[in-house]
Order: sequence, then C-alpha cells, then structure tokens
Amino acid sequence: MSERRSTVDPKLLEILVCPVTKGALIYDAEAQELISRQAGLAYPIRDGIPIMLIDEARPLDETP
Amino acid sequence: MSDPMNLFDRRLVRRHRDRAAADLDSHDFLLRETAERLTDRLDDVTRKFPRALDLGCHGGELADAIGTRGGIRELVQCDLSPIMARRAADRRGGVPTAVVDEEFLPFAPASFDLVLSNLSLHWVNDLPGCLRQIRQILKPDGLFLGTMLGGATLAELRTALLEAELAETGGASPRISPFADLSDAGGLLQRAGFALPVIDTDVLTVTYPDPFRLMRDLRGMGETNAVRERSRHPTRRATLFRAAATYQERHADDDGRLPATFQIVYLTGWAPHESQQTALRPGSAQSRLADALDTTEIPAGAKTRPH
Repeated sequence: MSERRSTVDPKLLEILVCPVTKGALIYDAEAQELISRQAGLAYPIRDGIPIMLIDEARPLDETP
Repeated sequence: MSDPMNLFDRRLVRRHRDRAAADLDSHDFLLRETAERLTDRLDDVTRKFPRALDLGCHGGELADAIGTRGGIRELVQCDLSPIMARRAADRRGGVPTAVVDEEFLPFAPASFDLVLSNLSLHWVNDLPGCLRQIRQILKPDGLFLGTMLGGATLAELRTALLEAELAETGGASPRISPFADLSDAGGLLQRAGFALPVIDTDVLTVTYPDPFRLMRDLRGMGETNAVRERSRHPTRRATLFRAAATYQERHADDDGRLPATFQIVYLTGWAPHESQQTALRPGSAQSRLADALDTTEIPAGAKTRPH
C-alpha cells in the first residue's frame, strides 16, 4: 500500500472543484484531503486518487 | 416505477464495478471494441484536443485505445468505482485518475477540449443533467464523444427471462436494466446546450455457447441489473434454466451458438463557439431566393394560380 506513489497530480488539482457546490477546494497535503468549506465536506485522496464522492467525504464538523 | 429520476441504484452500480474490477481482463472485450470504435471517430476530426477526460474509464480501455490519437497530450481518467479507478491508474502509470460520480462532476468550467465516455452513461439517472455538466466542463468548441448501450441491447435474454419468470412464478420483475430508448437523444444533447448534435447506432452481435456464459460476462463487466425496484430475491434456479432453454430454442444458430445483441449508441456534440455553422436569424437574408432561382417571388399567403 505505502509503496504506491501517493502524490496527487498537480494539474488534476487545478481543475477539481467540489461536486456539490462547484466551488473551490483547499488541498490539505498533510491530511490528504480536499476541503470544500461551502459544502462542509472533506474529500479523501487515497494513493494519489481523489475520491470525489459525497458518500465518501468526511463532514467537516467531525475530527478526522 | 415510482420515481423515474431515480431508476438506478447508483451504489449498486458502483458495487458491481468494484466487484468486476479484479477479473475485468477476462470480460472486457465489449469495452475494448467500443473503445476502438469510439476513438476511430477521433481520426475523422482534424482538430486537436490537448486536454481530454475519460468519464467512466472502467479499467482504462479507452486510454489503451487512444494512444496518440486526437492530439491528446493530457488525459484524465475517472470512474464511479474506487477499485476500478485504482486499476485504471495502476495500468496507466502517470495518467491522473479520480473517483467521480457522473451525476456530480467535480471539474471546473471549461477544463477540457474533449470529453469521452465509453459504455457508462446508460447507468446515469439524470442523463440531461449529466450532459449539461459535461457541456459546462468543455471549453468553447470542445467535443463530447460518448457510447452507451441502447434499448435493443440483450433483447433475447430479456424476453427469455421475462417469459420464464412469468411461467414459473406467475409474476415478473425487471431482471435486466432497461437501456435508454434514444429516439430523442439528439434533442437531449441540444437541450443540454450542445451544438451540431449527432446520434447514431451500431449493433454488435456476440455469440455464446450458452446463456450462462453471457450472464458471466455481464457480471464480469459490472453490467448486471441495478434497477432500484428490482426484485430483492435472486432469480430462481428453475427460472434461469427455463430461460436458458427458451433462449436456446428460439435463437440458437446451426452450430448451436447463441447470439446476444448489444446496441451501441454514439453521442456526439460540440460546446458552442462562434466559428461553428449556425442557422441565420429569419429575415436576415441579404439576397432574394427568387433572384437566385431567376423566378418571380410570390408573397407569403398569396394563392398560386396556374400560369
């Protein structure tokens, strides 16, 4: 698992928006999350693959 | 159906694909075939498309087929299933990949020159909404090229299962997902804001030694029934065998092989741009049609009389 390249493609980050609000995302490199403040959701990045599903996102009021 | 906008259980579509990912290689012939046919169409277009998206990438078949065609320099792949996306990413090292729900696209407006989608959109509940979002993520004069399964798909199996279930249980429930009737797909593209929309279809006939091999392939591609109101009970054994017998009886060719129909619908549309051909505003003509035809103009509403 950890042997996989875990960095997300920077060009992909440039064009990703929140699927719910279509608003901007904040990239949290340490937590490997893409945060949508407007939607109150954090989308996980696993092994360099952003998981842009509402079902899989973490609600922001919870601690990770 | 109680809610036509929610025909498909999207979580189940995802689970089917998650499950299919491990052994997709043995069952991906249809995906590969349509990926080839889809990318062939890029050869017919002289424009170049530096940034492209593969929406619903399965195991990365489209990326394999594209190669260097269409002048694509950067391809992004995405799929609803995290396991499928992982597989596509591993296979194509260096191709940026994301997990994306086709009904909620996470891309900024005007991100791509080209959006491709191979055999995925027939699982989308809100196709008009999805097409609108596709149009928005395209740059002006960007191209959308997609394939999906049409209504004639698996007609043989559908009828055989329906009749068998009626005979065995006295009732029937959808065992095969309904594929879109695309008589108005051109209108759908137009309403989504696409210019120059074109719809055309191809029929692919695949032959099988028996219906169970066909069903295994469908499961192997992640294409099994995901209708929300499907029966929660798996099809009974007796029903399956009866359906298989009906299928054989009715469709077997001289060698005993069974044909299965796949109707492939191709969708083509362009994001509007001023360089594209459009109809002029009525009344804006600069010269008279009558002059061009060297005849006398008869005013609208006037009755024509024989000379």
